[in-house]
Amino acid sequence: MVGYIDKIKEISERLLKDGKVDMVIGFRKGTMPMMNEPHRVKSADDVKNLVWDSNCGINLANYLTDRKEKIGIVAKGCDSRNIVTHIIENKIDRDQLYIIGVPCKGMIDSHKITNAVSGEIVDVVESNGEVTVKGDGFEETFNKADVLQKNCAVCIHRNPVIYDELVTDLVEEQADVDRYEDVREIEAMSTEEKHNFFDDLLAPCIRCYACRNACPLCYCPTCFVDESRPQWVGKGDDPVDIKTFHFLRAYHCAGRCTDCGSCERACPVGINMRLLTKKLEMDCLNLYGWEAGLTLDNRPPLDTYKPDDPEEFIK
Amino acid sequence: MEFMGIERDRLHLSWISSAEATKFVEVVNNVTEAVRALGPNTHFIKNEAKVA
Ligand code: SF4
Ligand code: SF4
Repeated sequence: MVGYIDKIKEISERLLKDGKVDMVIGFRKGTMPMMNEPHRVKSADDVKNLVWDSNCGINLANYLTDRKEKIGIVAKGCDSRNIVTHIIENKIDRDQLYIIGVPCKGMIDSHKITNAVSGEIVDVVESNGEVTVKGDGFEETFNKADVLQKNCAVCIHRNPVIYDELVTDLVEEQADVDRYEDVREIEAMSTEEKHNFFDDLLAPCIRCYACRNACPLCYCPTCFVDESRPQWVGKGDDPVDIKTFHFLRAYHCAGRCTDCGSCERACPVGINMRLLTKKLEMDCLNLYGWEAGLTLDNRPPLDTYKPDDPEEFIK
Repeated sequence: MEFMGIERDRLHLSWISSAEATKFVEVVNNVTEAVRALGPNTHFIKNEAKVA
């Protein structure tokens, strides 16, 4: 993974020099360890600031919405699927894009690592499948496989589904992963247990909306939580309002969510709100045989009608 | 909603044409019966903020 950057830089420089694109969207080193940030490169001189390692979990498709210029974009498997979704939803035109595909081996979970060490992390080095973090008076090494983001650990679309050029050979997709174990565990609970589970899960939420802002699907000019006429949901930290925000946000992502994990990654308090979107993702797969963002040729299940659509829930 | 802890029988969805009066009555009766059997709702209730 770490070696990909030379190729990304080479492609970006070429695209910008040849005038094929007006900007390249990639990552630069973040101000915090394990948090690389999106970077728009508009000139060949700036290409040197691009980076690539296992801290590039944020979904770059988020930065394409309604852009008018020609864009080169660095895309992992999940980013590419959200790019497909963006194209399907007319948020960007395929012809505007030059997609630099990055076969991905998973991103590391900053929450997990932060919780595993005792002090503040100031530096992170990655090599040969190991991640070493350093801070004041400590140094710890993790096996990368143990500290993968939860969604990466069960990802079955690591390779970009759409691209103009790849930075390296395609990687082997993970087989035999149980994607929905956690969802089934919740489904097996009683009503009361489910209710309490989500109460506990969402209790620390401070309504910062980082999860919404990080998600490429959330591009409405005014989000329902920000509307005040009418006000759909209370804006405070009442547990009912928090829950309402979360389940409605999840519904808005139904049939569109690629389980890229950006939302969970962005959350400052480490809430796994993906459990909600994953339930819908699982339902879409089981009911409609649909996985979001795999092809430009089919319309998503929620904007098509088929006579044999399942309808047991309608009485 | 069921996934988040609302009882299955509390929430109902139905398509009824404006010409289907009998179906409407039937559904309303069924919904009332099902919800009554569950008793009062205890979750997703927001209390008005108390103003001193
Ligand atoms: S809801 Fe979360 S996992 Fe799904 S597409 Fe949005 S950011 Fe990615
Ligand atoms: S990012 Fe976390 S704290 Fe912020 S609104 Fe989302 S779940 Fe709540």
